[in-house]
Amino acid sequence: MPKPSSVVYTGVAATVSKPTTNWASLSKRATPYLLVLPALAVVAVTVFYPIAWAVSLSTHQFVLYRPNDTPFVGLGNFERAFADEVFWLSLQQTGIWVVAIVVSQLFLGFFGALALNEPYRGRGLVRAVVLIPWITPSILTALMWRWMYNVNYGVINHTLVGLGLLPRHVGFLSEPDLALFSVIAVVIWSGTPFFTVMLLAAMQAIPDELYEAAKIDGASAVQRVRYVTIPFIAPTIAVTSLLRIIWVANYVDVLFAMTGGGPGYASMTLPVYIFIKAQAALDMGYGSAMALCLAAILIAIVSLYLWMLNRLEVQVR
Amino acid sequence: MRALSSSRLTLIWALSLAMMAVVLFPYLWMFLTSIQPEQDIFAGGFHYLPRQLTLLNYERLLTATPIGPYFVNSVIVASLSTLLGLFVAVSAAYSFSRFVFRGRRLLMTLFLVIPMFPHVLILIPMFVIMRSAGLIGSYGALLIAYTTFVIPFSVWMLTGFFDAFPVDLEEAAMVDGCTRLGAVARILVPLALPGVVATGIYIFIVAWNEFLFAMMFTTKATRTLPVGIYTFVGEYDVHWGLLTAGGMVVTLPLVTLFFLVQGQLVRGLTAGAIKG
Repeated sequence: MPKPSSVVYTGVAATVSKPTTNWASLSKRATPYLLVLPALAVVAVTVFYPIAWAVSLSTHQFVLYRPNDTPFVGLGNFERAFADEVFWLSLQQTGIWVVAIVVSQLFLGFFGALALNEPYRGRGLVRAVVLIPWITPSILTALMWRWMYNVNYGVINHTLVGLGLLPRHVGFLSEPDLALFSVIAVVIWSGTPFFTVMLLAAMQAIPDELYEAAKIDGASAVQRVRYVTIPFIAPTIAVTSLLRIIWVANYVDVLFAMTGGGPGYASMTLPVYIFIKAQAALDMGYGSAMALCLAAILIAIVSLYLWMLNRLEVQVR
Repeated sequence: MRALSSSRLTLIWALSLAMMAVVLFPYLWMFLTSIQPEQDIFAGGFHYLPRQLTLLNYERLLTATPIGPYFVNSVIVASLSTLLGLFVAVSAAYSFSRFVFRGRRLLMTLFLVIPMFPHVLILIPMFVIMRSAGLIGSYGALLIAYTTFVIPFSVWMLTGFFDAFPVDLEEAAMVDGCTRLGAVARILVPLALPGVVATGIYIFIVAWNEFLFAMMFTTKATRTLPVGIYTFVGEYDVHWGLLTAGGMVVTLPLVTLFFLVQGQLVRGLTAGAIKG
């Protein structure tokens, strides 16, 4: 990726007369940094500065409707989290949430990509259509599905009962055992297309000769997938899954708008719990402490994941 | 294209149609709900097709709710985010694509790991900061937040698009007396325009759809569409007729924009996957 182009530019600079050369070369050397500066400034204002604030908030008791009573509590907020049953329950449910969603999306996305990888007329249209959920506002996804899941008037209940698959109408979002999985199904629906398209792009980069050679060697269709397709797209699977794990673990919108973590705390995940603590209870100190825990856990998991990839010798980019 | 046997083609099309049906059904259902009278939605037993067609929900949406101002707010926020996002992403991507410099890898990695930080971790302190600065209800907080969200993908995409054009063209223009800025403006940007437009639309879509920050940082006057639609959900009853009509209003402009550039967009998003 690095380009030797700057060498050429230096050549041009060398023809400038002596006193200005220093200035010219200095400004030349500064150019790439100046170009990155605006992006860096935005990131500093919206990521680094707030995170520094979050660290400070997490050590204070900071409830927004009592702005004059914000004592320093040290690690008190963290102790409170570790003693909070809901914190542990949501953490556990975040684990189920991430694994169920990412594994299903990867599995379905892989088969979707295999189908779309066949050359046929109309493939472009199919690919564009299946991407629509990806560009749909998350809040709309949540509300559309809430309507379809509706106990009394929902199309899903009526169809399943009508086909005899369900004995009676079911509260998909109001029964503690079902709520989390009903929302998981929605996120699988909305996120699979993106997986499909990423994997499809990787599959399309596989040279046809590899398949031809495997065919000549007598490999069956399944073996060609197993020994040609999968090894070739493994790096893409690794990177896309990693980005997905991070994204899904932090995801709030759909769950918040469909169940709000309920009934009770039956579908609560950690980011939703943090958001509700901040948005409804205005408990910014406690929220920040839990958010830092979430970030730390994620960083640990990502490091472990990358370490494992290294061990498995999957080359990432 | 190598030809497929007809039995295989049938299988593939069956799969494709099934995928499209699963993807499109919720939208169809939303549309069907939006064009029937509210009392029909709930009364008289379940029915798949509307018994009576009406635009009443859309009429009520336009006259009885502030959907107009919400729409305008969304357009303003998404357009300004697109401009700001493109400005920072184009210049950063140009730097990564055309220069070798110390810290380049570090900076590229930095931009890629930003999404690792939970949004809630950023949301809480930002809310406290903005509140004490009296900026809740202004667009500023949303603009910079959305710009940050889109930096990783935009910079990645644009760097890929710029890499595809040889640097010789700009150098030739500079030898002919163009300034660097002139060379970028006259040579590179026009060449890479489809990519720049696709990136811009990606940013627009992200800003148009965002809910969490919009919910915390807007007041009644500055609400964007997703937050506005969410307010149609009452504590005990949901106005499904209004809501589905609102859903159509939010989705249609977006799907139209998306179909205009989906080829470029998919190419840009998946550039990294192919390189992998």
